[in-house]
Amino acid sequence: MIVGNRKPLEEILEMIRPYRKILLLGCRECVTVCAVGGEREVAVLASELKLVRAKQDQEIEIKEFALERQCDHEYIDQIKPFAGDYEAIVSMACGAGVQYVAENFPKMMVLPAVNTTFLGVTLEQGVWSERCQGCGDCVLHLTAGVCPVARCAKSLFNGPCGGSSNGKCEVDKDTNCAWQLIIDRLKELGQLERYEEIIPPKDWSTARDGGPRVRIREDLRL
Amino acid sequence: MRLSYPTNVKVVKVPCTGRVDVIMVLKAFESGVDGVYLAGCLEGECHFLKGNLRAKKRVMYLKKLLAEVGIEPERVEMYNVSSSDGPRFAQIAHEMTAKIRTLGPSPIKSASKSFKA
Repeated sequence: MIVGNRKPLEEILEMIRPYRKILLLGCRECVTVCAVGGEREVAVLASELKLVRAKQDQEIEIKEFALERQCDHEYIDQIKPFAGDYEAIVSMACGAGVQYVAENFPKMMVLPAVNTTFLGVTLEQGVWSERCQGCGDCVLHLTAGVCPVARCAKSLFNGPCGGSSNGKCEVDKDTNCAWQLIIDRLKELGQLERYEEIIPPKDWSTARDGGPRVRIREDLRL
Repeated sequence: MRLSYPTNVKVVKVPCTGRVDVIMVLKAFESGVDGVYLAGCLEGECHFLKGNLRAKKRVMYLKKLLAEVGIEPERVEMYNVSSSDGPRFAQIAHEMTAKIRTLGPSPIKSASKSFKA
């Protein structure tokens, strides 16, 4: 899922400073699961904003609404009948959701309340961890199911580097060295000889370096 | 026992403090209360095993949220009191009331006379 962090309240307050009527838009997909932009988080942010404005003796009207997804226009259409009644939309979705809502409302300010952070997994309730960067050319079959792009700070394809110590990365003592994980897992799988294969330099044009990516399936198009 | 506790304390009954969500407490502050405390069972004695421990974590989170919006975090507290311990219930009601009196009215209420929740 896509994982994010709520922006600091001060930053959101600064964004909405000129507005008195806002539509606070949550998303029921990834950001609900990682507890950053679902219905509950919308309610909490709305309450915080109301409290601050009340303290400043400034009015604010907030409409709380959560869409099934903000990355599909069929759902965004649901707010079209009333979105115009508000001065701005504050979206609690990931960056994709914020942008797609903005594209659907060319004349409205659409503001982000969440910093989209990574593609990750739920390690335990309340703990999420990065696993994928969407590089467009998966190498997990070469690296024993541990991604060197997302989980090695240097995205090394032939590691570890000298910064690996006792299985931890020099960037942060709590971060596992991805290459240590790869080696451990290769050992576990009885395939340690694969570690000696040199992985050639990656073609990063399938990743962000190649510009924004589009995927088309002609058979599904209407 | 005929114990008395301050009349300003409004009791909201919940089946377990684990039922209390942060939004409930935030809404209370929106409506102008000066403080909120949760009186849960003693730690380790929750009928639902972890309700009071969850409530404790939520109170910690609420303190952060309140600080963010500029309300003193001390206005929300977690207490543990056995359901059979009337004197302790009265004592914490006095304790919390005294603390809130020292802090004064909620900045929400005092800043905004026209504010309606």
